[in-house]
Amino acid sequence: MSKTSTPAETPLLQVSNLTRIFDVSKPWLNRVVEREPKQFLRAVDNVSFEIRKGETLALVGESGSGKSTVAKMLVGLLDPSEGTILFDGQPMIMNSSERMMELRKRFQMIFQSPYASLNPRWKVADIIAEPMIVLGVEKDSAKIEARVDDLLGLVGLSAADGSKFPHEFSGGQRQRIAIARALSSSPEFIVCDEPTSALDVSVQAQILNLMRDLQDQLGLTYLFISHDLSVVRHMANRIGVLYLGALVEIADSKELFKAPQHPYTRMLLDAVPDLEMTGRQRKEVEGEIPNPINPPSGCTFHPRCPFANDRCKREVPLWTQTRTGVAACHGVEEGRIPSAEMA
Amino acid sequence: MTTPLLSVRDLVIEFPTRHGPLTAVDGVSFDLAAGEVLGVVGESGAGKSLTGSAIIGLLDPPGHIASGEIYLKGERIDNLRAEDMRAIRGRRIGMVFQDPLTSLNPLYTIADQLIETIRTHLRLSEREARQRAIGLLDDVGIPAASRRIDDYPHQFSGGMRQRVVIALALAAEPELVIADEPTTALDVSVQAQIIDVLKEQCTQHGASVILITHDMGVIAETADRVAVMYSGRIAEIGPVREIIQNAKHPYTSGLMGSIPTLAQEEDRLVQIPGSMPRLSDIPPGCPFNPRCDKVFDKCRVQRPALIPVENRQVACWLYEEATTNEVAT
Ligand SMILES: Nc1ncnc2c1ncn2[C@@H]1O[C@H](COP(=O)(O)OP(=O)(O)OP(=O)(O)O)[C@@H](O)[C@H]1O
Ligand SMILES: Nc1ncnc2c1ncn2[C@@H]1O[C@H](COP(=O)(O)OP(=O)(O)O)[C@@H](O)[C@H]1O
Ligand code: SF4
Ligand code: SF4
Ligand SMILES: [Mg+2]
Ligand SMILES: [Mg+2]
Repeated sequence: MSKTSTPAETPLLQVSNLTRIFDVSKPWLNRVVEREPKQFLRAVDNVSFEIRKGETLALVGESGSGKSTVAKMLVGLLDPSEGTILFDGQPMIMNSSERMMELRKRFQMIFQSPYASLNPRWKVADIIAEPMIVLGVEKDSAKIEARVDDLLGLVGLSAADGSKFPHEFSGGQRQRIAIARALSSSPEFIVCDEPTSALDVSVQAQILNLMRDLQDQLGLTYLFISHDLSVVRHMANRIGVLYLGALVEIADSKELFKAPQHPYTRMLLDAVPDLEMTGRQRKEVEGEIPNPINPPSGCTFHPRCPFANDRCKREVPLWTQTRTGVAACHGVEEGRIPSAEMA
Repeated sequence: MTTPLLSVRDLVIEFPTRHGPLTAVDGVSFDLAAGEVLGVVGESGAGKSLTGSAIIGLLDPPGHIASGEIYLKGERIDNLRAEDMRAIRGRRIGMVFQDPLTSLNPLYTIADQLIETIRTHLRLSEREARQRAIGLLDDVGIPAASRRIDDYPHQFSGGMRQRVVIALALAAEPELVIADEPTTALDVSVQAQIIDVLKEQCTQHGASVILITHDMGVIAETADRVAVMYSGRIAEIGPVREIIQNAKHPYTSGLMGSIPTLAQEEDRLVQIPGSMPRLSDIPPGCPFNPRCDKVFDKCRVQRPALIPVENRQVACWLYEEATTNEVAT
C-alpha cells in the first residue's frame, strides 16, 4: 500500500488495522426478558491507510459507512477497539502525558455543522483562542489577541468580527470561524468531516477555495471526509472508499475517477448526476445499505454487486494490488471484472 | 395559445414584523405546461420553499401572499377558502417534502394512510383502494408490496419512506406534484433512485412537476426548464440544457462555476464574493448588484424585470437592448 510514498519520508499518519466495535445491545433487563444475546456493530473494520505530509486523503462512502467514526478515532474523540495510529511515527494514545500534549497540538478537526461546533455563548475571539489556550500554545494575552486577529483575517473575516457571537453569522461564515479555531494551535494535520455538506454550493466554493489556499500557504495535511464525489475529486490527491466500515479501494484521485476498480466504487461513480450533460447514462444504484449489525457474509457488498459469485458470498476478500492502487474484491483479483474506463 | 397547467403571476409573499413587512418572495411569475418538469434552484433563503408552499396553500402564518395570483388550469386558487383548497391539495396537487416523516403519520400503517388518501379523493371501495395502494407501492419499487403495506413508517429505511411518500402524492392522480428537496435528507446512492422513481411515475401518471432543490445535478437530469431564484426573485428561467451550458445571468454563471464537477481540472472553483443579503437589507435595484462583476450604474437604482432573451427570460440589465432592438448578446 505504501508503494506510492517515497521510502525516505515517514508518512505523517499511519493507520493500521483500525477497528471500532460498538455495543448496541438493548438494556440488560430487556435482553433477559426477550432472551436476546448482546449485539455488536463493527462501525470500522480493519481499516489501514497512510497520509503523507501535505497531501489530502479523502474518505468517501454512504451514510453509516464509518467515515465519522474513523475521523473521531484519529483525533482521539473515540478510542479504537483494535489497531494502531502513528502520528509522525509516534503512537497516538489518548492520555494526558506530556508527549501526548505535544502531539495533540499538531492536529485538529473541523465538523460538518458549523453551528453545533461553536459555543453559542462565547464571543468568536474566545472560540478561536480556545485551542491555543487549552493546549498551552500561547499564554500571553496580547499575543493571543494578535493571533486571533491574524486568524480572522486569514479566513476572510475582519478583526471586528471577534467581538460578535456565532448566531450573528451565516453558515459559511461560521464555517470560516470553525476553520480559524482549528488553525489556532498551528496544527499540521486537520481532519475535516463533511466541512461543506451543510452549505449552499456557492458558499461551499468559497470554503473549498479557502481550504486549498490555507493548505498551500501553511503546508497542511488533510483527511477530508465527504459523501460528495465531485467535491472529493476537487480536493483530494488520494481517495479511500468505505463500505460498511471497511475500506474497499484506495487509489490516486484522478485514477479512481478514470478507472474505478471495485464494483462498489463504480456504483458510486455511476450515481453521480451528469451536470456536464455529456449524455453519460447514469446507472441506477441497486438496493440499499444492509443492516450493519448483521452484515452479509463474505464480501459485504455481495447482495448489491452485479459480479457476485459463490466465493464472494463465502470469503472475505483481501487487498489486491490494482493498476491504480489497491482494492478488496475477488472479482478484481481474479481479473473477471470488465474494465470501466471513463471518458 | 393553450392555458398553462399552472400560472403564477407577480407572486409577493410577506412576513409582518415590528419594523414593517419583510418581502421574502418578490414578484415571481412563471408558467408550467401540462407534463412539464420545472426545476427551481437557488441558495437557501432564496424563496424556493415559500413559492412552493404558496402554490399548495400551505404558507405558515404570519407569512402570507401580499399580492399576485396563482391559476391552476386557468382557475384562480390563491384566494380559495381553506376548505376548497384542501380539496385541491392531495387531489389535484400532490406534495413530496424533504423529510418523508413529515408526510407520514408514525401511528398508522402505510396501508391506512394510502387507502385513506385514495378514498378521500376517489370513489373506490376499501378493497379497490387497497389494491390500488399495493399497485402504487409496487410502481415506486417497494419489494413485496402486498406484505410491506401493513408495516409502519419506522419499519422502512429513509429511501423506502420517500418512495411511499411519492406513492402517496400520486395516489389521487394529481395534475401537479410539488417536490421540495425530496432527496436532500437521503443517501447519495439512494438519491438517484428516488429522483428516477419520481420522474418516471409523474411521467406515467401525466403529472407536471415542480422540483425544488439546490442540487443542479438533479435538475440537469430531471427537469425540462429551470428557474434560478435569488433574493426572492427569479434571476433566470429557461430550458435546462441552455442555462447549464450557457448561463446568461451573472448569478447563474457564478453558481454554475461554483459547482465542482467530475470532469473539472481547475484548481480553484469560481467564487461569487459575499453572500445573499438578508431579507431586511436587500439592496435597491438589482438584488445581486453588490456581488456582481458586471454591475453598472443602472443596476444600483432600477430593478430589472425578466427580459425575454432567445427562448428564456433573464432579469438583468445587460440584456436590455436585446428586446428593444432584437440584437442578440
Ligand atoms: N456511539 C455509537 N454507538 C453505536 N453505534 C454507533 C455509534 N457511532 C456510530 N455508530 C454506528 O457506526 C456506523 C458508522 O457510523 P459513522 O457515524 O462513522 O458513519 P458515517 O460514514 O460518518 O455516516 P454519515 O455519512 O451519515 O455521517 C453506523 O452504523 C452508526 O450507526
Ligand atoms: N416563518 C417565517 N418567518 C420569517 N421569515 C421566513 C419564514 N419562513 C421563511 N422565511 C424567510 O423567507 C425567505 C425564503 O425562505 P424559503 O422559501 O424557505 O427559502 P428556500 O426554500 O429557498 O431556502 C428566507 O429569507 C427565510 O428566512
Ligand atoms: S468480492 Fe465479489 S461481491 Fe464483492 S465486490 Fe468483488 S465481485 Fe462483488
Ligand atoms: S442587473 Fe446589473 S447587477 Fe444585476 S446581474 Fe445584471 S449586470 Fe449584474
Ligand atoms: Mg458522519
Ligand atoms: Mg427550502
